[in-house]
Amino acid sequence: MQIARETLLRSYRAMRTIRMFEERLHVEFATGEIPGFVHLYCGEEASAVGVCANLTDNDTIASTHRGHGHCIAKGVEVAGMMAEIYGRSTGVCRGKGGSMHIADLACGMLGANGIVGGGPPLICGAALSHKTLRDGGVAVAFYGDGASNEGTTLESLNLASVWQLPAVFVVEDNGYGEATGASFACAGTQKARAAGFGMPYIECDGSDYFAVHEAAGEAIAHARAGKGPVMLHVHLQRWYGHFEGDAMTYRAPNEVAEARRDHDCLRLFRERVTQAGLFEDSVLDEVDAAVTDEIEAAVLQAKDDPLPQSADLLADVYVRY
Amino acid sequence: MSKKSFRQAINEALRQEMRRDPTVILMGEDVAGGRGGSAGTADAWGGVLGVTKGLYEEFGETRVLDTPITEASYIGAAAGAAVTGLRPVAELMFVDFVGCCLDQIMNQAAKFRYMFGGKARTPLVIRAMYGAGFNAAAQHSQALYPLFTHIPGLKVVIPSSPYEAKGLLISAIRDDDPVIFLENKVMYDVEEEVPDEPYAIPFGEANLTREGDDVTIVAFGRMVGMANEAADRLAKKGIGCTVIDPRTTSPLDGETILECVADTGRLVIVDESSPRCNMATDIAALVAEEAFDTLRAPIRRVVPPHTPVPFATVLETLYMPSVEKIEAAVTATMNHRVTEKV
Ligand SMILES: Cc1ncc(C[n+]2csc(CCOP(=O)(O)OP(=O)(O)O)c2C)c(N)n1
Ligand SMILES: [Mg+2]
Repeated sequence: MQIARETLLRSYRAMRTIRMFEERLHVEFATGEIPGFVHLYCGEEASAVGVCANLTDNDTIASTHRGHGHCIAKGVEVAGMMAEIYGRSTGVCRGKGGSMHIADLACGMLGANGIVGGGPPLICGAALSHKTLRDGGVAVAFYGDGASNEGTTLESLNLASVWQLPAVFVVEDNGYGEATGASFACAGTQKARAAGFGMPYIECDGSDYFAVHEAAGEAIAHARAGKGPVMLHVHLQRWYGHFEGDAMTYRAPNEVAEARRDHDCLRLFRERVTQAGLFEDSVLDEVDAAVTDEIEAAVLQAKDDPLPQSADLLADVYVRY
Repeated sequence: MSKKSFRQAINEALRQEMRRDPTVILMGEDVAGGRGGSAGTADAWGGVLGVTKGLYEEFGETRVLDTPITEASYIGAAAGAAVTGLRPVAELMFVDFVGCCLDQIMNQAAKFRYMFGGKARTPLVIRAMYGAGFNAAAQHSQALYPLFTHIPGLKVVIPSSPYEAKGLLISAIRDDDPVIFLENKVMYDVEEEVPDEPYAIPFGEANLTREGDDVTIVAFGRMVGMANEAADRLAKKGIGCTVIDPRTTSPLDGETILECVADTGRLVIVDESSPRCNMATDIAALVAEEAFDTLRAPIRRVVPPHTPVPFATVLETLYMPSVEKIEAAVTATMNHRVTEKV
């Protein structure tokens, strides 16, 4: 499939933004200035971006604890995300949510989620809204290999099939749920699970943006056409610990180095588009430079932004009191 | 006797009970950690905060079971194993995750004994972390003990120090009823002298951590330390406080609370759980009903506002009870003047 140049450039920029956002957080977290838990998405960028390149603001996604990549790919403002992570009143959730709860309903981002398996049921509901309101939208649940074992996830696969919802279930399989390998924790296969619930299954290499884009395009088109849910199984590697501070003693010493060497979606993307003569290196370098500036500005701004006020504590528990 | 952290005290209680009784098993997400990992290590984590570290090494995979991320099935499995001969200690990690498995606790484990006409025993312990103070935000910071206390058939334990944690966990494991054992996540590195040998602290027997004549303070878990500090500061101002650590919210040692209130005539309750239908309201009702005539001032509650736990430090600090807030509440009850009715 032909992907428009504009889309490609936007996708490259989104992937680079995620990479730099996360690498910067890794550095900033170590200084102790960032409160709470932070789970980095580095290495998995092509999954969020390849899927979301097939979506519009009218479509809905639900994310996970490892949510920064999905947010950026769906169009959440980087500055507002950074401010949120720093607990500032300018944050997308006004400093009340933090890294694990970034949400922006205006761009169809139903939230990162602190509860593993929290997203898939919500996506059944979002898909039901799209279907009932006939707005042409599709709902996409991102969830990990670990989350694929939660009852909520398995029940959602069934419900989506029973209701023939315009939903896509994206299993982001990075081989680990915390410190436990998927080979230990996941019985059977994702493919057989999809078949068990009567839905089509597609898998792809998550370090290849083009593969993800194509597979997701097919899955989303299927759901959008009213033919029911699809499972998309994306194979990935996580480059950092489960959360910041995890020493990763459960992984072979060379595993991350090899993932960085062989499965770097940004390098693979660049090689492919420059070799095909689609872009000059200099165009991509310009993007890199612009993103570097954007992240730098976001961090400086976040550190400088005002803290929430005491009245904020009591605000927004209910719409009406 | 030696100095041990809250974390070490819990680990030691588990280890000693597992040595004593081969039917005691552990299960939970990454309670060992590393299974299926490319390094081939087991016991990579020993729980997310290292509380069960080393137990896999000693007891092996038949007694320390890593689970997939499936709270409903493994908490339910622990309940099922408990009612059929094992003594499982299941770790739920963050107590907030009870949302994923409440049925197995509330409708299954808690009900067996009564519903089956007294024929079942369910020696199940569910350990979980609770509390705010970590910037862990709304889904990882709740203090849900009132939820469990509300359910007949469950026992609920909230240790306030390393010494308490070891003795209460040993009792929990030996108990034949389902016990929810709640560990404040901010306390794992708190240290104090803890006996090396096993000892059991009975449920339903409150501990007085301070004694004074003017005001009774009831506090739970991490709040006990804050109440002690407030009492020490107030003592310097000439106000004497009795601090009660009930240790368990179910069973609740109402008698000790009523006795102390009879002596002091003033009551402050410190509870970090959401303020509606929490332990503070429960104890206030008990005292209002049973000891109305001994009260010399309105009961005061030091509790968070009725909001989810916010993320940002400034908001989380405002949200939490504190030593200053406890002092202010005690001072307010001392300043209360009864106006005679005409
Ligand atoms: C219901 C629930 N159980 C457990 C956790 C703790 N936890 C947070 S992330 C995680 C691992 C999730 O693994 P996976 O779904 O594969 O996502 P990944 O971290 O690999 O992106 C666990 C167990 C949680 N947040 N919620
Ligand atoms: Mg995973």
